[in-house]
Amino acid sequence: MNIVVLVKQVPDSGSERKLDPADNTVARASADNVINEMDEYAIEEALLVRDREGGEVTVLTVGPDSATDAIRKALSMGADKAVHVVDDAIHGSCAVQTSGVIAAALQQLEYDLVLCGAEATDAQLSVMPALVAERLNIPQLSGARKLTVEGGMAKIERQTDGGYWAVEAPLPAIVSTWDTINEPRYPSFKGIMAAKKKPVETKTLADLGLDAGSVGLANATSKVLDFAGRPPKGEGVKVVDEGDGAQKFVDFLASQKIV
Amino acid sequence: MLDYRLSDETESLRTTVREFAQEVIAPQIGEFYERDEFPTQIVRQMGELGLFGLPFPEEYGGAGGTYFDLCVALEELARVDSSMAITVEAGVSLGAMPIFRFGTEEQKQEWLPRLCTGEALGAFGLTEPGGGSDAGATRTTARLEDGHWVINGSKAFITNSGTDLTQLVIVTAVTGTRPDGGKEISAIIVPSGTPGFVVGQRYSKVGWNASDTRELSFTDVRVPEENLVGERGRGYAQFLSILDEGRIAISALSVGLAQGCVDESVKYAGEREAFGQVIGKNQAIQFMIADMEVRASTARLAYYRAAEKMLRGEPFKREASIAKLYSSEVAMDNARYATQVHGGYGFMNDFPVGRFYRDAKILEIGEGTSEVQRMLIARDLGIG
Repeated sequence: MNIVVLVKQVPDSGSERKLDPADNTVARASADNVINEMDEYAIEEALLVRDREGGEVTVLTVGPDSATDAIRKALSMGADKAVHVVDDAIHGSCAVQTSGVIAAALQQLEYDLVLCGAEATDAQLSVMPALVAERLNIPQLSGARKLTVEGGMAKIERQTDGGYWAVEAPLPAIVSTWDTINEPRYPSFKGIMAAKKKPVETKTLADLGLDAGSVGLANATSKVLDFAGRPPKGEGVKVVDEGDGAQKFVDFLASQKIV
Repeated sequence: MLDYRLSDETESLRTTVREFAQEVIAPQIGEFYERDEFPTQIVRQMGELGLFGLPFPEEYGGAGGTYFDLCVALEELARVDSSMAITVEAGVSLGAMPIFRFGTEEQKQEWLPRLCTGEALGAFGLTEPGGGSDAGATRTTARLEDGHWVINGSKAFITNSGTDLTQLVIVTAVTGTRPDGGKEISAIIVPSGTPGFVVGQRYSKVGWNASDTRELSFTDVRVPEENLVGERGRGYAQFLSILDEGRIAISALSVGLAQGCVDESVKYAGEREAFGQVIGKNQAIQFMIADMEVRASTARLAYYRAAEKMLRGEPFKREASIAKLYSSEVAMDNARYATQVHGGYGFMNDFPVGRFYRDAKILEIGEGTSEVQRMLIARDLGIG
């Protein structure tokens, strides 16, 4: 079973995140860049499937040079090899453009199962599995809290607010995972040492047969025109209870559409 | 050349241990500490991370790292909690290292793979109720009888000796008289559960409350003659030879505690408000924290320096003593100031700095007191 995990490096959601005022894209240089948290669950799930079914786990990342840190972490956890698509022209690409790069890279790999996190903590679009599935004409199973692979089928429990849906699709398929699916392992020192020796293949747009005009900020389907900091918190509302406190309280909740 | 940057691998290890400490240890260690309980499950998880096998070769189940890698891991553990850091430190330096350095191939094959994964913990029984660094005061005896050592005596303050994971204690005992009339001291492996080997109750300690420390007694304990570790009569000398690297480890642990004090103080100073502003706006607080950072940073350089000499195979005795002395005093100072920054909350066990304050003192005592370190440094300078 060949499994490919899509991994994205993002600014740490636990520290201050900024946009670069020069072109309104994510300021990566000043950020504390980490592997997208949800992707760690996808990596863990890939390792579990591989350990049950056999095969190899390949990590696929589209991102700048610094994204090697995310790749190294995935390899330290136990993935077998990695493909890093890096090309200056990709900077500022929208999700639609990025999905084209990912799909082109996947077409150069052998895969039975593609795994990815259900969302990235930076843009939180949650559209990548659908976009990639459409481009490759394979089924997508999104938002898994459980995954089993048997008899050429991927079966998931798709997490919903009220419970779950049992959904299945023939392989090859793309599956996105929530953080309820497993508990990602910490890389052991042996894993960290072993990661050094694992192959990481670097590819450019040209290697993927893509034209630079198909990606990049200038041709993006969406872009940030302007941004502003979060407005400071308001003063709040003080309710003085003159016998009608409860009513005022309920009115306030209603005005905020909380009740 | 001067370069104290960590290699990519050591940096990855540091980050991983940091995450583990923050995500797994920090949320639950306070409760174990309060209950004086050894958190077996956390220790198992540290084993899965490979922390107990860090400096040992892969052929014995180790991770193939260096002793410095172990120190970096200990620093990150102690930055969050010292009980877990000392559990790893003692498990590696005292439980496994004597077997790795001096044991027979059979002993290594039998014990190291288990000790490296943390599935088993080892302890080293040197100190006795009557004395620690004074080898001549050793009263525990072992005599050979029909191919067995028969051990009698008692040991005090033995870390990791009574946990659910403990499988052996290496005991130093008097095995005869040297030609010069002095005591012949040897080290012998005593597996847990050997008849006559009684593990006492946990001590009630001021700090390190989630680590396991016990008194041990031996009454006609019989173990096979092959359980001798290293040469007969070299037990104490062997121990001394691994004591210097242990001092670097304790230094790393001290730096971790000192840095943890900075972390907690920066956080608290940025949140706590008094007189209409966060207390971090006050220069008195800023200066306390700045000085804490200065001390933690310089103490780190001291243990990096000692480790660097050790890894190069150069004599590092003086540097190890300097690092241990300085960083343990820095840990104590930072703990004092961190609790001061926290005001009344610094005196509450709910806040990590209260734990740091209680954990810091032992650092000036264990692995050679501050006075012993000063004596060693002076002796190395050719005075005294």
